Amino acid sequence: MEKYEIVIVGGGPAGLAAAVSAKEAGADRILILERDETLGGILNQCIHNGFGLHTFKEELTGPEYAQRFIDQVQALRIEYRLGTMVMEIGRDKVVTAMNREKGMFQIEAKAVILAMGCRERPRGALNIPGYRPAGIYSAGTAQRLVNLEGFLPGREIVILGSGDIGLIMARRMTLEGAHVLLVAELMPYSGGLKRNIVQCLDDFEIPLRLRHTVTRIHGKERVEGVTVQEVDETGTPVTGTEEYYPCDTLLLSVGLIPENELSRGMGIGISPVTSGPIVDDRLGTSVEGVFACGNVLHVHDLVDYVSEEAYLAGKHAACYVKEAESGRWTERGRNVLVSGKEGVRYTVPSLICPERMEETLTVRFRVGDIYKDRFLSVYLDDERIQHRRRPVMAPGEMEQVILSREELLKHPDLKSVTIKIEEV
Amino acid sequence: MKYDVVIIGAGVSGAAVARELSRYRVKACVLEREEDVCCGTSKANSGIVHAGYDARPGTHMAKLNILGNWMMSELTRKLDIPFKRNGSMVICTEKERLCELEELCERGKKNGVPDLRILSREEAVRREPNLADEVMYALYAPTGGIVCPFELNIALAENAYTNGIEFHFNTEALAIQKTESGFQIRTEKGNYETKIIVNAAGVYADVFHNMVSGEKMTITPRRGEYMLFDQAVGNHVLSTIFRLPDELGKGVLVTPTVHGNLLVGPTAKNLKDREALDTTADGFAAIKSQVARSVKDIPFRQVITSFAGLRACAQTSDFIIGEATDAKGFIDCAGIASPGLTSCPAIGMEVAEIAREKLNLQPNPTFCGTRKGILRPMSLRMEERNALIRGNPAYGTIVCRCESVTEGEILDAVRRPLGARSLDGVKRRTRAGMGRCQAGFCSPKVMEILAREWRVPLDQVTKCGGASRLIAGVNKDKWQGDE
Repeated sequence: MEKYEIVIVGGGPAGLAAAVSAKEAGADRILILERDETLGGILNQCIHNGFGLHTFKEELTGPEYAQRFIDQVQALRIEYRLGTMVMEIGRDKVVTAMNREKGMFQIEAKAVILAMGCRERPRGALNIPGYRPAGIYSAGTAQRLVNLEGFLPGREIVILGSGDIGLIMARRMTLEGAHVLLVAELMPYSGGLKRNIVQCLDDFEIPLRLRHTVTRIHGKERVEGVTVQEVDETGTPVTGTEEYYPCDTLLLSVGLIPENELSRGMGIGISPVTSGPIVDDRLGTSVEGVFACGNVLHVHDLVDYVSEEAYLAGKHAACYVKEAESGRWTERGRNVLVSGKEGVRYTVPSLICPERMEETLTVRFRVGDIYKDRFLSVYLDDERIQHRRRPVMAPGEMEQVILSREELLKHPDLKSVTIKIEEV
Repeated sequence: MKYDVVIIGAGVSGAAVARELSRYRVKACVLEREEDVCCGTSKANSGIVHAGYDARPGTHMAKLNILGNWMMSELTRKLDIPFKRNGSMVICTEKERLCELEELCERGKKNGVPDLRILSREEAVRREPNLADEVMYALYAPTGGIVCPFELNIALAENAYTNGIEFHFNTEALAIQKTESGFQIRTEKGNYETKIIVNAAGVYADVFHNMVSGEKMTITPRRGEYMLFDQAVGNHVLSTIFRLPDELGKGVLVTPTVHGNLLVGPTAKNLKDREALDTTADGFAAIKSQVARSVKDIPFRQVITSFAGLRACAQTSDFIIGEATDAKGFIDCAGIASPGLTSCPAIGMEVAEIAREKLNLQPNPTFCGTRKGILRPMSLRMEERNALIRGNPAYGTIVCRCESVTEGEILDAVRRPLGARSLDGVKRRTRAGMGRCQAGFCSPKVMEILAREWRVPLDQVTKCGGASRLIAGVNKDKWQGDE
């Protein structure tokens, strides 16, 4: 059986950054397995700009951003296999994969980094009544058709859901000559970044109808129209508010789901909130030597944060490879639980070991509603150690707090770290 | 075009009749208005092989159900499609209705259903821990089973085709006239002269029947809505769980599918529109409220799609099988509502027998009743799979991630007899696009394969034939903005 120190599942932004960082941290035999025919993952179809403002302090397109990492992977001579689907990962970190050239093959890895990304929530998950004609696409599928293949899925477009891909596609479809009638959003706020609402909808005078949803799809063969309806506080459509929009296409941007079938298959603990693995401060999952980063862990808003997170995963995986044999890896202190309360939906990581953690640790999370002029607070048990005034927080934008090791070590009996939103 | 037999409809009944007819030397064809087999009632049902305790003794339904259930094991083996006897339960939640359950059990025994027995709550829950708390008794039928309705229909048709039955797609029968030697069927693609017509037109069977017969038939489309769940929760129940039937049928059932999903449905609503395959908010609500009484904790967050089918219900509540009394040579195969899928092997036999007698058909010496299904590499051991990939690297490329469908399987589905021409055609044959992402990732790839294989531009590729085009044009082809 082939042997590698680290096998990285997925050659998108997370997998690439993890590979580079693991190599820089001294890991030697690293292998990236990528199911697509190119490295770069979903970035390849994100031809709009706005990537890399944090990482490179410049504005890049998705493919340009990916290329920066692909170049590093190649310069560092990190191995990768394209068109390769990972079929199964054992708890013993034996990775079973398949491609055209090698058929099915198995690799014994000392460490595994999960970087499979996420998928889009389909129409079926929404139970939108009506017919099932052609012309219903998830926004990402439409993006692929338009940006990579040059095909226009339709001409008169209604978009349901205001996730970032939906917003980006509203602009893209308009630029390609289609007419976007509206974006309907079930929630009273958008699920996307503010900048995308301004640049992709407002600038093109595309209406965003908050608290509206599609309640019926018309057309037996191809979409002929949709019924859009207002919803009340509980998300229930309000009778009498039905409006019919003739259109030939319905794009859905109604959420992303981390793709954790492989992780579940190997018995990794999954968070019901993020649908991603539960990880500690080293981004280690519940199976020792298996790490996770990027959208497979939790859905990010900016790729820059994916890269940052993946760097960390790569570094710790390399460290694990070195320390696992000597047993040093497991010499951890106590685990402290990190969690979100009062509006903070989850945290990544969920566990911290103050004794072993790095000097600082970025804890990322999302909030459950729009919060204006509130405090973001961090508690170590009952003691508040951070209290930061935030003008606005929204579910579409990832939030973070930074914890310092020094501070945590001052509390030898620390049991839990809690992040909350508090009234002014 | 002259035929001995023309079958109208390539659903599971039409295909079963076609396969049985292909045992004989006969010039026969199947007319189908859609672009593929299995596009009507046959594509949207529960996929259940019923044990046979529901139908009233002495009816066609009772006889053909039992026979069909009994034939299913061998038929699915010959046609190389999956079939599982997972057993079925009819649950009873009220003490005073136990007598109805006992009645059902007696009826089943009279019909010839083997090994029926009534379970106490404890026994039932031991088998099915997720039964609702109010379940008190259950009628258990070990011979109940599950089958993939698409694969059964497709396999029957493929086998009929390779044994010499023609299939004419996109060919809608518009009118039928009696002639001296039989009938003339008018279609947009020309007229078909035939001695015998088999009317397997599903929810349109009454329309065709009434064209030739004075004894009017009425078929009522009864819509059933379903919800299909992720394979992750496919083992929420192991057997098929029914409620005690009422006047509108067997009620909402919960079942694993033969491919490991969980399926919940159907509702039952009589309609006039024979094309009303739309789902409704009321339907979803009805499923949710009804199912709670038989199975608990249904994970509704794991729904991956919902769909509706139309059962073709005759006013007699029985299958209508046989020659129209005032139109000799016109054989009805109508009102094939539940348990139609189960009964199809027997229906095929019965209808073909009528045709054989009438035309004095002689055996087809080259008939071969077996068919090789699409090879599923998933079922192979690693060495076998590698040998396969070495021979054909297309088996090494996964196209549909969710269902692990390879390019090799999709090419097989397109290239085999009566091959797939559309996205849905590929889906029904290979399961590509049937999984949890619902074709989000694989549809552009499958579209590309279809365009390449059928040598058509991508904008001609459809979801399911007709006007169901997937692509409207190319970027900026009608750009109206400022340059």
